[in-house]
Amino acid sequence: MTFMNFFGKTCGFIGYALQYACITHCTFEYIGDFVMCSGPSMEPTLESNNILLTEHISPRLQKLRRGDIIIAKSPSNPRQNICKRIKGLPGDKVRGNFPKRSQVVPRGHVWLEGDNSSNSADSRIYGPVPAGLIRSRVVCRVWPLDKITSLAA
Amino acid sequence: MWLKSVCKSLVFGLPIGVTILDTVGYVARVEGISMQPVLNPESMNTDYVFLSRWAVRDYHVKRGDVISLMSPKDPNQKIIKRVVALQGDVVSTLGYKNQYVKIPEGHCWVEGDHTGHTLDSNTFGPVSLGLVNARAVCIVWPPSRWQSLQAKLPENRQPVSTAI
Repeated sequence: MTFMNFFGKTCGFIGYALQYACITHCTFEYIGDFVMCSGPSMEPTLESNNILLTEHISPRLQKLRRGDIIIAKSPSNPRQNICKRIKGLPGDKVRGNFPKRSQVVPRGHVWLEGDNSSNSADSRIYGPVPAGLIRSRVVCRVWPLDKITSLAA
Repeated sequence: MWLKSVCKSLVFGLPIGVTILDTVGYVARVEGISMQPVLNPESMNTDYVFLSRWAVRDYHVKRGDVISLMSPKDPNQKIIKRVVALQGDVVSTLGYKNQYVKIPEGHCWVEGDHTGHTLDSNTFGPVSLGLVNARAVCIVWPPSRWQSLQAKLPENRQPVSTAI
């Protein structure tokens, strides 16, 4: 009898754990999450080891504007995320570094650049990025505590 | 009271369902003729395929796999194509701006089986692996078409040189 009791309790506990894991997954996947950024490419706006609050709603609805800071999957390595600012939307004329001439951003793509233009691997190197790679839009910085600022455009 | 219990099961059931669809896979309808003759052999009836999200959780695809990916031209649209070449391969293109293309790092070359009637890498170039959504595992409906989808490449569409 005690075994049945123990078994039932374990099942109930695992069920609760799964339930909350699923709720967490949906929140992080569809509403928003926290991202820690590293690297110099967004200085002076963002520095290494800042923690950002991001939301997933406007990329899903494609309500992105020029000037938004976004988190996207890197085009050359999908396991890595990049944090850049949108500089051009489809139809905009932008200036690349390689080849060094102006080009038009194609349909379904965006042009991303880091704020630290001298030290940033961005669209000037790998060209326009498909909008499908964008994961979320940065809303504000939550860490360090003395630098909490809204970063929405 | 029944309203409360319906709400409660919705609040707890919906995330579980969405998570399963997100991590394990789901069934989707195939539209269009781009993958003939493997999918939709007659344009009259459409096939339903099971798309496994679990199979691409680590962005691992093989040459010949049938995958579903977000269209690079329109992020709302999902397309279903066959992987022809992976990063480092050299592929001989059909009507792309260069005759031979070396696939860059983190990209793959996808093509529809119905050459000439498909919008694929020959139009938009290599696609980033981050756009890969799922791998098509089998046809689940109609029952007469029930079969698993093999990873195979037509002999004339093998990459010119393979990296690994």
